[in-house]
Amino acid sequence: MKVEFDYTRSLGPVLSRFMSALAQQQVLGGRLADGTVVVPPPEYDPVTHEAVTDLVPVSWAGVVQSWTWVPEPFAGQPLDRPFAFAHVLLDGADAPLLHAVAVESPADISTGMRVQVRWADELTGSIRDIACFEPAGDAPASVSVSVESGEPEVTGIVSPVHLEYVYAASPEESKFFRGLADGKLFGQRCPVCQKVYVPPRGACPVDGVPTTDEVELPDRGTVTTFCIVNVPFQGQKIEPPYVSAYVLLDGADIAFLHLILDVDAADVRMGMRVEAVWKPREEWTTDLNNIRYFRPTGEPDADYETYKQHL
Amino acid sequence: MRDVAVVGFAQRQMKEMDGSPTCVELLVPIFAELFEQTGWTKSDIDFWCSGSSDYLAGRSFSFVSAVDAIGALPPVMESHVEMDAAWALYEAWVKIQTGEVDTALVYGFGKASAGLLRKTMSLQLDPYTVQPLWADAVSLAGLQAREGLDRGVWDEKAMAEVVARSMTDAAGNEWAIRRGTISLDDVLAQPMYADPLRRWDCAPVSDGAAAIVIAAGDKAREARANPAWITGFEHRIEPIALNARDLTVSTSTAASGRAAGVEGVDLAELHAPFSHQELILRDALGLGGDVSINPSGGALTANPLFTAGLNRIGEAASRVWDGTSGKALAHATSGPALQHNLVCTMEGR
Amino acid sequence: MAKIPAAVIGVGQTKYQAQRKDVSIAGLLREAVDRALADAQLTFADIDAVVVGKAPDLFEGVMMPELYLADALGAAGKPLLRVHTAGSVGGSTAIVAASLVQAGVHQRVLTVAFEKQSESNAMWALSVPVPFIMPVHAGAGGYFAPHVRSYIRRSGAPTHVGAIVAAKDRQNALKNPYAHLQNEGTTVESVLASTMLWDPIRYDETCPSSDGACALVIASEDAVAASDIANPAWIHGTQMRSEPTTAAERDQVNPHAGREAAAALWKQAGITNPYDEVDCAEIYVPFSWFEPMWLENLGFAAEGEGWKLTESGVTALGGDLPVNMSGGVLSSNPIGASGMIRFAEASLQVMGEAGEHQVDGARKALGHAYGGGSQFFAMWLVGAEKPSS
Repeated sequence: MKVEFDYTRSLGPVLSRFMSALAQQQVLGGRLADGTVVVPPPEYDPVTHEAVTDLVPVSWAGVVQSWTWVPEPFAGQPLDRPFAFAHVLLDGADAPLLHAVAVESPADISTGMRVQVRWADELTGSIRDIACFEPAGDAPASVSVSVESGEPEVTGIVSPVHLEYVYAASPEESKFFRGLADGKLFGQRCPVCQKVYVPPRGACPVDGVPTTDEVELPDRGTVTTFCIVNVPFQGQKIEPPYVSAYVLLDGADIAFLHLILDVDAADVRMGMRVEAVWKPREEWTTDLNNIRYFRPTGEPDADYETYKQHL
Repeated sequence: MRDVAVVGFAQRQMKEMDGSPTCVELLVPIFAELFEQTGWTKSDIDFWCSGSSDYLAGRSFSFVSAVDAIGALPPVMESHVEMDAAWALYEAWVKIQTGEVDTALVYGFGKASAGLLRKTMSLQLDPYTVQPLWADAVSLAGLQAREGLDRGVWDEKAMAEVVARSMTDAAGNEWAIRRGTISLDDVLAQPMYADPLRRWDCAPVSDGAAAIVIAAGDKAREARANPAWITGFEHRIEPIALNARDLTVSTSTAASGRAAGVEGVDLAELHAPFSHQELILRDALGLGGDVSINPSGGALTANPLFTAGLNRIGEAASRVWDGTSGKALAHATSGPALQHNLVCTMEGR
Repeated sequence: MAKIPAAVIGVGQTKYQAQRKDVSIAGLLREAVDRALADAQLTFADIDAVVVGKAPDLFEGVMMPELYLADALGAAGKPLLRVHTAGSVGGSTAIVAASLVQAGVHQRVLTVAFEKQSESNAMWALSVPVPFIMPVHAGAGGYFAPHVRSYIRRSGAPTHVGAIVAAKDRQNALKNPYAHLQNEGTTVESVLASTMLWDPIRYDETCPSSDGACALVIASEDAVAASDIANPAWIHGTQMRSEPTTAAERDQVNPHAGREAAAALWKQAGITNPYDEVDCAEIYVPFSWFEPMWLENLGFAAEGEGWKLTESGVTALGGDLPVNMSGGVLSSNPIGASGMIRFAEASLQVMGEAGEHQVDGARKALGHAYGGGSQFFAMWLVGAEKPSS
C-alpha cells in the first residue's frame, strides 16, 4: 500500500530568505537575541520568542562536529550509497547544520574534519540545494558571502513524501476476503449480541469480542441509504457521477458501501432491492472488487419498516 | 491531589504482528486480561484514553477502529493522543484529578513493521530544513552517541554494558524480542552497524499493544491488594532542533524528575531506545548504582512505538505490586534524540 | 477534591482562508497564539503548559507536528500534549487544556488547534485507498451525504431546509472578519441553484477547505483573580463521548454518543431546559443539514423537529436560539481548528466580545464539535457567571 503525496509548503519570511539565498549558493544564519548565529535560522528566538529578523551570511565550509554512518540509505536520502550524516559547524555560525557528507567509508570521516558544500546541479531554493558536504582541504575555502538584497524569490517548497506499507487484514477479515475469491460472501455472528457482521470483525463494536460463527450470505439485499457522487477528486478510482450506497445483504445486520449501476442515478431509491454483478470468475481475487457493482433486481422495494433501524 | 494508583497492566510485544494495523486483535485479549486482573467489566471504566500514530499505520484516523475493541455502545467517555500512550495515561490521570471520573483504562498500539520505521519517523523532523534530508531516527541517535563519545561523557564500554545487562535481564521477559545471556565482550565483538552504533545499541523494530488501568482511592484498593500509588507524574519537552540542545544531557528528563520526586526510588524502567540514551537518562535522574535499571530488559529488547513508554509504567508498577520495589520510577520518551520526556513515580503502601 | 473553576481569558484566531501562502505552519499558529496571549494580557513566560490539537497528520505530511512546533509555541521546558480525536479534536483539545486547570495541575494553559489544508489535499488524505475495500468513498461529503438522506426521510423535512442553514451561515460570516467565505448575496435560492455534489448535498451546503489556527488561554479561578480580565468565559461543563464508526443498527442520524454527551453536559451545568436556558450555540455543521440534526441530538428540539427551528428562523442571528453566529464551519473549516473555533466563538459571546455577530446579552453559550463518522463528540458550556459548584 502506497501513501504518496507531494506536499506544497509555504515558507514565511525567515525561511523564504534562507531558501532564496541557497538558490544563489549562499547560506544564511539567524542572529538570535543572545548574539549567536544559528543555521538554519529558526523562525522564532528560543528565548525571547520574537520572530528572528536578522539573517547574516555564513561560510559554506566548516567543521564536522559530530557524525554517524548511514550503511543502508533509503530512497530520498541525499546519497544513494553509504554516507555520513553530520553536524557541520559552518565558519561564522555558532550552531551546527545537519546534512550529509559524501565519503567512502567511516574511516574517511572524523570529528574536526573540514568539509564544504557540494551544490546541487539544479538550484531550486531548498535545503537539497546543498547536495551534500564533501571533504575540503585544511585551508578555509574561499567562499563568497555576499547577499543580494531585494525580495526573496522562493516562497515555497515541494516535499515529496512517498511511503510504502504492508497492509494486512485481521484474521476475521481474511476469512471474508478468501471467501470472495470463491465468489462467496461470508459474515460472522457476534457470540454475544448474535448480530451478523459482514465483513466479520476482529471485535464486535458493541461487545468487544471477535465475531465467530460463520454465516454465508446471499449476494442480494436492500439499499438502505445512498448518495450520488458528482465530484471528482485526486486518487478517485471510479468516474463520477455514480451512486455510493449502503447495501444491507439479506440476513446481515450491517450494511456496507458499494456501487449501484445499471440504473439511472436519479432512479435509485432507499429500499431498492439490488443484486451483485460479479466480475468474470477468472478475474476473482480476495477483494470486494470481485463484485463490480450492484444492480436493481426488479423486486418491489423493501418496506421502510424493515430497514429503518439500519440508518 | 487525589490518590491514584496503577491497578492493571497487560501487554503484547512481537517482532512482526500478522494482523491489521488497527491492532484490534491484540487489544481484545489485553482488555480481557485487565478485566480479569481487576474483577471489573467495561462498565466500571469511567474514562478511556489511547495513544497511537496515523503515520505508523499509514492511514488517517487509524485509532478509530481500535474503539471497536472497547465495545463502545453504549458510548464511552474517550480521548486519544497522537503520542506514546504514556501521555494518554497522563491525560487520564489529569481527568481523574478533576474529580469527574474515578477509573480509566489507557491503551496504546502500533504496528511499526508495516512500513520502513526509520524512514517514517523522519517525518517528525522540521518539515522545511531537516525532513527533506530524510535524516532517519537511527542516524539522529548516532549523532547523539558520537557527541558523548567524542566528549568523553560516555564510552563504548558503558554503552555495551547497557546492552549486555538489558539482553540478559530480558531472558525472564516473555514479551522481549531480543534476549539471551550476553557478556560485555559478546557485545563488543559485534560489528559496527551505523557507526558509532552496533545493531544491539538500537531497539529492534517492534509491534505491539499494551494497556493500563488506573483508579482513585477506594476504587484502586477494590481492584488490587497492593496498588502502585502514583506519587509524581510530570513531563517536559525540548526544542526539536538537535543544534539547539546539548545532546549529551536531557534537561527535560531532569526537570520532570525533579518535579515528580525521585528520592527513595529503588527501581527504574527507562525508555531508552538506544543504549547511550539510558546513560543520559540515568544521569539526568540522578539514579545511583543501587537503583535497579530496566529489570524487564527495557526498550533495547522490545520497543513497540506508541506503547513502549506505557510499558515502562506497567513494568515498574508490576514490581511495586509484587513487592520487589518500594518506590519505582518509569520514564517515557518521544521525538528525536530524547526530545520529550515523561516521568512517573509510584510506591506501594 | 472539588474541581477548580476555570475560565477562558484569551482568544486568538487567524484570518481563515483557502491558502495562507505567506506563512509557515509555525507562523500560522503564532498568529493565533500571539493574539490569544495579548487578549489574555500574558506572555509566554506566564504559560504553564501547552496543548496542541489537529486532525490527521497526513494533511500536512508532518508526523506529530507539535514536536517541531514546540519551540515556536514557547513550550520548550514545559509540558506539551497533542490531542487527536478526528474532527472533534479542536473541542477535545480545549477540554484537555481545561482539565489541566480544573485538576489543579496548572494555573494558565495555552491551547491551540490548527490545519494548513493548502499543504495537501484533504480529499486525498481522507480517501487513501485501503486494499480490499471498494473505493466508493469520496471524502467527508461522500461519507455524510447518505446519512443526510436518511435524516430527510426520517424527519420528513422539506428539502430546502439545508439551503436555509447555508444562506444563514454565509450571511452571518459577513459579520465575522475572520470568516473564510465572504459571499455576499447568498440566499436560499442561490444555494438551491448551486451544483449538486454529493446528492442530496449541494456545493453551497458544504464547508470550504481552509488554512487557519485558533488559540485559547485557560486560567484557574486564582489566575483569573490575579489578572485584569473582567469578563472571562467561565467553563460550566465539558463532555466527550465516543462510539464505534459502524455497528449493527447504530443510529448514524441521531447518534447515541452525542445525545449522551449533551444530556451529561446539561446536567453538569445545571441546565434543565437547554432551549430556554442557553442563549446561543456554535455547533459543528460542516454540511448544512447537520444543523437540524444536531439541534435534535443536543436536546434543543425533539427528534424529527429540529428542522422546524431552522425553518422558522429561530437559529438566525436575532432568533430565539442563534446558531453559528460566526458563520460556522460552513464558512471556515481549518479542520483540526474547527472545533476549537466553536468553543472560542461561544466564549467570545459570553465575554461580550463577538463584535458584529454578538448576541445581545448572551450569558450562556454552547460550543460543540464532532468527528469521525459522527461518533466522536466534544462540547462545552461557557457562561458569564462563575459556576456555582
